[in-house]
Amino acid sequence: MHEMSLCESILQVLEQQAEAQQYSKVKTVWLEIGALASVETEALRFSFDVVMQGSLADHAQLEIIEVPGQAWCMPCSRNVVVQQLYDLCPHCGSHQLQVNSGDQMRIKELEVE
Amino acid sequence: MVQIEQDILAKNNRYAAENRRYFGERGMLALNLVSSPGSGKTTLLTETIARLKDDFDIAVIEGDQQTARDAERIRATGVPALQINTGKGCHLDAHRVGHALETLQPKNHSLLFIENVGNLVCPSAFDLGEAHKVVILSVTEGEDKPIKYPDMFHAADLMILNKTDLLPYLDFDSEQCIQYAKQVNPRIKILSLSAKTGEGMDSWLRWLKAELELQRIDYA
Ligand SMILES: Nc1nc2c(ncn2[C@@H]2O[C@H](COP(=O)(O)OP(=O)(O)OP(=O)(O)O)[C@@H](O)[C@H]2O)c(=O)[nH]1
Ligand SMILES: [Mg+2]
Ligand SMILES: [Zn+2]
Repeated sequence: MHEMSLCESILQVLEQQAEAQQYSKVKTVWLEIGALASVETEALRFSFDVVMQGSLADHAQLEIIEVPGQAWCMPCSRNVVVQQLYDLCPHCGSHQLQVNSGDQMRIKELEVE
Repeated sequence: MVQIEQDILAKNNRYAAENRRYFGERGMLALNLVSSPGSGKTTLLTETIARLKDDFDIAVIEGDQQTARDAERIRATGVPALQINTGKGCHLDAHRVGHALETLQPKNHSLLFIENVGNLVCPSAFDLGEAHKVVILSVTEGEDKPIKYPDMFHAADLMILNKTDLLPYLDFDSEQCIQYAKQVNPRIKILSLSAKTGEGMDSWLRWLKAELELQRIDYA
């Protein structure tokens, strides 16, 4: 979805943090993206380069850490791995699943100057 | 190296939390209406307002890329409406909604409808501070939309299946649609109605009144 506006949000965070953390250039950005966050990583990479142009993160490298989707299955009473939001439980076939990990989009770490 | 551990949407989420506090302090019910273009959001709103405006204070925030047409349609019903044009933007964000509130000055205990930009994808990720997202799906769009655009149906608490007056002319499979929606979101509640003929509107009005009543409870 909206990878462009996500990159604009990333840039805002980088700019805000620049003052607090006292850096003027970002060389690498590590993002943690959940498998259920509906982010198309190819589109994200493309938008990232475009949005960062001329900013403090111009030409920065983007590293994406992919986090698998995990949900609590009520009938099974345990966590199961899911690939997509509408997946059924791989063990019992139920759709009574509560996603508890893998929908995050976080900036984890920066390499700065 | 700098560890920052920041949610990418943190900024939007902070503004959303402010809006949510604003609504809470005023005992307001704020609903975020989302759907693909043309599913009938504005029609549902004008029909709803016509039935409720004598008993409740209502205000509307309209999000569209261009034009003020929808806000004008709302104002014609006699309730205040503010149009936000997002330009290239494909969704409303909590910051712009916060500014709209300053201008609109909704009354205490009022019902605030936020009609989002017609788009089944992007608005799902942007919390506006609403009590609930309400997704509207019209029967002309096909029963598979909940599994094609799962994020939106996952994020919504209520789904309204609109334009049921057209069912005789289509081979839309309502049961399958409902099953798909529950597959993506087991907790979703579903209402079927026709904003045009008014069939099924009663349940929606009852849902609104019940939700509004819940916001009026003053918690310590
Ligand atoms: N038959 C039928 N037509 C409807 C119904 N509800 C809305 N429409 C028609 O659907 C069209 C789109 O309605 P709108 O209310 O403008 O839809 P919208 O979701 O606000 O559209 P956007 O704001 O542009 O995304 C209009 O021609 C409405 O008259 C309904 O229940 N039945
Ligand atoms: Mg509209
Ligand atoms: Zn299971």
